[in-house]
Amino acid sequence: MASNIVPTSDLEPGGAAPSGFEGDRSAGSLGGVVRGYVDRLRGGDLGALPAVLGIVVLTLLFYALRPETFLTPLNITNLIIQAAPITLLAMGLVWILLLGDIDLSAGVVSGVCAAVSAQLLAQQGAPWWVAVLAALVTGAVIGLFTGTLVALIGIPSFVVTLALFLAFQGVTLRVIGQGGTVPIRDETIRGLTNSYIPVGAGWALAAAVIAAYAVLQLNRWRTQRSKGLDSQPLIVVVGRIVLIAVIVLVLTAILNADRALSRAVELQGIPYAIPVVVVLLLVLTFLLGRTTFGRHVYAVGGNSEAARRAGISVTRIRIMVFMLSSSMAAVSGLVAAARLSSVTPGSGGGNTLLYAVGAAVIGGTSLFGGRGRIRDAVLGGLVIAIIDNGLGLLQVSAYLNYIITGGVLLLAASVDALARRRAAAGKS
Amino acid sequence: MTVPHAEGGSPILELRGVDKSFGAVQVLHGVDLKVYPGKVTALVGDNGAGKSTLIKSIAGIHPIDGGQILFDGQPVSITGPRDSAALGLEVVYQDLALADNLDVVQNMFLGRERKHGIVLDEASMEQAARDTLAKLSVRTLKSVRQLVSSLSGGQRQTVAIAKAVLWESKVVILDEPTAALGVAQTRQVLDLVRRLADTGHAVVFISHNMVDVFEVSDRIAALYLGRMAADVPISTVDRGQVIELITAGRSGDIGLAPAVSEVV
Repeated sequence: MASNIVPTSDLEPGGAAPSGFEGDRSAGSLGGVVRGYVDRLRGGDLGALPAVLGIVVLTLLFYALRPETFLTPLNITNLIIQAAPITLLAMGLVWILLLGDIDLSAGVVSGVCAAVSAQLLAQQGAPWWVAVLAALVTGAVIGLFTGTLVALIGIPSFVVTLALFLAFQGVTLRVIGQGGTVPIRDETIRGLTNSYIPVGAGWALAAAVIAAYAVLQLNRWRTQRSKGLDSQPLIVVVGRIVLIAVIVLVLTAILNADRALSRAVELQGIPYAIPVVVVLLLVLTFLLGRTTFGRHVYAVGGNSEAARRAGISVTRIRIMVFMLSSSMAAVSGLVAAARLSSVTPGSGGGNTLLYAVGAAVIGGTSLFGGRGRIRDAVLGGLVIAIIDNGLGLLQVSAYLNYIITGGVLLLAASVDALARRRAAAGKS
Repeated sequence: MTVPHAEGGSPILELRGVDKSFGAVQVLHGVDLKVYPGKVTALVGDNGAGKSTLIKSIAGIHPIDGGQILFDGQPVSITGPRDSAALGLEVVYQDLALADNLDVVQNMFLGRERKHGIVLDEASMEQAARDTLAKLSVRTLKSVRQLVSSLSGGQRQTVAIAKAVLWESKVVILDEPTAALGVAQTRQVLDLVRRLADTGHAVVFISHNMVDVFEVSDRIAALYLGRMAADVPISTVDRGQVIELITAGRSGDIGLAPAVSEVV
């Protein structure tokens, strides 16, 4: 269809002058980028700002309150492992929130999937990859079911997933058995959070990630520049590469430091769950930002009627998003199970879902649909894990922990709602 | 701007005796309409005269019950939006089918994205969008990578119309494109409507504003209670006659037979 449109452009490289889009030019300067960013903030698009501020402020706060323990390599490693399942669940929920839907059952779905694979490992003696595959398939099937009820039958997602939130707790109970706990003994799955990449390999991996990121970013910049398209100034691109490099290197250094409490043993290296999170971050970011599917998800979330009139099957997109999200819940459930080395009937219940939704929203994903990125889940997941971890170190009472975490989610949702109002006000 | 046109040339889109009912209510009664390439046909009529139903029938949203639609002289059957899109019919809706959270390029290519394998081909889409806007002499957009939410009403209308041009539509139907626009923005959109026709598109322009209608249109088609009261070159009627056609269905010797206009 697209091929019958022959580009009639003979724009010279770097010259968009004929069409008179002078704005495209002015954005090319550093000042233009800064102005554009300030305009976006004013317009209500806060992006990653609240999450980054949250990470910095909370880190300083807990460091001030617990200088002995909070910023030790051991605690940072714990914190990151704590963040992993939250982040993975949130990475799926970002998609649902982009559509303007909600999945209240995502937490317990992670429990069901973990229970299925734990039982396969324990009862059938299945190899680890069969268990992982089974969890993913379970997630996808559940997503198909939920998505069909929401998109095809037309029940509001809030109601469908509230009902399934209850029903799936029963399923987990049935799979595991009354009062039981299924231990995970498989070394590969336990290894997600309990074994570590050798120090040398960890550094090599970090270097490879930085190099790949730099090459991709610079390549994209060069293509945009040579074709005279909208592009950011080189200094911003380089700045972003340097920022990513510093973050990756600092994290690698911390994780590669010996964090054992006694001098007799060595405990160092990156937990395997981290590359899992990073790979999924990259894959999902690609899917959301660079493929038709991702573009259509944004369109459905922004204006589903426009998407429908553009010939996009809104029903298909919604069902696929629910399948994707539930599959991510399965991954999250596996990592959580690895961390606790067991699956219980309560797995995925409690505050699991609240944490994940909170992570996505704090990271900058809108509850109203249409706005969000995968990295929001990572940033927000870290904020939530810092709160959880910090409050644990402070040994605050359980009641306070609940109230504070709930309060943080409310705060994030208020920021989202206010930003949206601001954006709506700025338009008229 | 308006040039008198003889009945010469063949219509690209022709309706013959189109009927449409919703349940017991017949909304369109044997409607005839001819739409010519390179000309702006104004479709006027009071609220409830059937303008929206007529364009939705052409767009395939409400398939017709009776009569014929001819495209390029050939009878065609339009049973869904995809059929009309495939023929080269593009409707720009009043409520603007644009997604606020996407930028101009993304909106123009929505549903018809260009790809390299599975990856979106942003470079070629951005260039094509830019070229199309340049071809229409649109100079009011700051950047083609601006989010649509940051655009004014006139700019949004412009993007929606440019989308139709990008897809090389032969017939572009504009549903009240100047409603809710300020003076300067109306000016921009009317200029664009004229350029659209001058580049060979057949344009159907729905409006309540007689000033706009007389400014850009070559032909005028007046609907009265679901019947086509007149489909004539605009040079043969004046504003008073058009208003009579809209409100009474006839004016002097043009329009519906007295019996019809009085009975219904």
